[in-house]
Amino acid sequence: MPVLSATGLTKRYGQLAAVAGIDLAVAKGECFGLLGPNGAGKTTTLRLLLGLVEPDGGEIRLLGQPVPGQARRARQRVGVVPQVDNLDPDFTVRENLLVYGRYFGLRDRAIEARIPALLEFAGLAHRAEAPIATLSGGMKRRLTLARALVNDPELVFLDEPTTGLDPQARHRLWQGLRRLKAQGKTLILTTHFMEEAERLCDRVAIMDHGRIIAEGSPRALIERHIEPLVVEVYGETAGQWADAFGQHLCQRLERAGESVFCYTSDGAALLENLRQHANLEVTHRPANLEDVFLKLTGRELRD
Amino acid sequence: MKHFRAPRLSLRFVPVWRRNFLVWRKLAIPSMLGNLADPMLYMLGLGYGLGALLPDVGGMPYLTFLAGGTVAYSTMNSATFETLYSGFSRMHVQKTWDAILNTPLTLDDVLLGEWIWAASKALLSGLAILAIVWTLGLERSFWVSLWIIPVVILTGLCFSGMGLAMNAISPNYDFFLYYFTLVITPMVLLCGVFYPVSQLPEALQRVSAWLPLAHAIELVRPLIQGQMPQQAGLHAFALCAWGGAGFWLGLGLTRRRLLS
Repeated sequence: MPVLSATGLTKRYGQLAAVAGIDLAVAKGECFGLLGPNGAGKTTTLRLLLGLVEPDGGEIRLLGQPVPGQARRARQRVGVVPQVDNLDPDFTVRENLLVYGRYFGLRDRAIEARIPALLEFAGLAHRAEAPIATLSGGMKRRLTLARALVNDPELVFLDEPTTGLDPQARHRLWQGLRRLKAQGKTLILTTHFMEEAERLCDRVAIMDHGRIIAEGSPRALIERHIEPLVVEVYGETAGQWADAFGQHLCQRLERAGESVFCYTSDGAALLENLRQHANLEVTHRPANLEDVFLKLTGRELRD
Repeated sequence: MKHFRAPRLSLRFVPVWRRNFLVWRKLAIPSMLGNLADPMLYMLGLGYGLGALLPDVGGMPYLTFLAGGTVAYSTMNSATFETLYSGFSRMHVQKTWDAILNTPLTLDDVLLGEWIWAASKALLSGLAILAIVWTLGLERSFWVSLWIIPVVILTGLCFSGMGLAMNAISPNYDFFLYYFTLVITPMVLLCGVFYPVSQLPEALQRVSAWLPLAHAIELVRPLIQGQMPQQAGLHAFALCAWGGAGFWLGLGLTRRRLLS
């Protein structure tokens, strides 16, 4: 029995179908990633799942409750980390947790009892009385995550949780998310960092133009859609090399500016050939989720 | 039109009210200075300065006349500023309402909390002027003047409701100038705060009779004079109607703004 399911979910804005009929099912304790370029419909999907927007079609069940009909009851047991920080700037760290807990109908004493553990989780135990303006970006994100846990939710939605963070802060947040997974909480996150999805998610769905175009574990998606080895070739003459040799030596070849991406399951002949072209820079690596993403959603910019 | 479905009101608004109260407590002194001292200074300055030059106005000393108008005026101002500037900060700039909507609370709860909160602040402003009235002994009967308190509550709800409708359609802070210049200021001049409405041309008097501030003043002024107002039910109904319509419209427009 999934903790979250959606079937035939649709949301239109005028002519544009922001969400064009998607099906989702997330099992308890799973980390599920919703990936997609900007404007793919990820955030609209999250808002639909939380019951903040009424769908034009389809059905949603969240923790056993029909949404949006009983969204209020479902949200009682859900935590949300929004894309944009909306901590209360007039309050201290502790007050932010206290005031947020009240929205769930929790008594002050019950919230106060949870605050030390939440602060410890966020690594902010020593900053309990600090005003929000004095926190770093990473601290604010961690506090936002801790705030989402104030009601001890079974399921946590995270909308691009690490956008704008430096690598240290991002790794620290990932640790927190792994701890939540270990506690058996279900996580649903949107991201466009493929590395994040590959590290954290048991299963991902790639969305584009309001539809889910691929779904599965990161490993399975890579195996299904991409040749296992990627050779990247850079240099002024990379294009000529691709015309002369690349075409025959790779199973699939993509060009982007002065770079050529060769996808292959056996790189021996290819690498041998490249050794004779010393003017080209070459890196080879195993295929990853980003390769799948770029193959499926294309390399054009989405602004 | 689904956004304009009837409001669903419940006690779940209380944590929203408490949130605003906690912020206010931290900033109480500057907030009170702005909200309370300003109308007080105008009332005393004009009341004594101008009042010394005038005979009785509306059958009472000018300071007493002005006090009745200022109670209503100050309540209106406080409710309006809270729902416009502070409300807009919470809705649009700090995204406080978005954060709350991710919890079991709904937008109906949030707006009800904001409505009652703004009316609470307005009550404080009205009471501050009333305290001056009592201190200076301007009221004819203390017990009758206590009826001013429920009038102030209604007046606060009226202008908070209207303010929420304005807030819902505002793209930025500058937009509120339209409301002040086109609605609030004309209302102050048409509704008998500084001089009796009977001084106005008849056409303007007819306009005035529809305006909520006029109804508030029609209630407060006799109560200071120790009399029960005539047509009290009509005036109270007008305040409820403006405030209720404003709140409903504001809620519908805010649903359209945040939940689509």
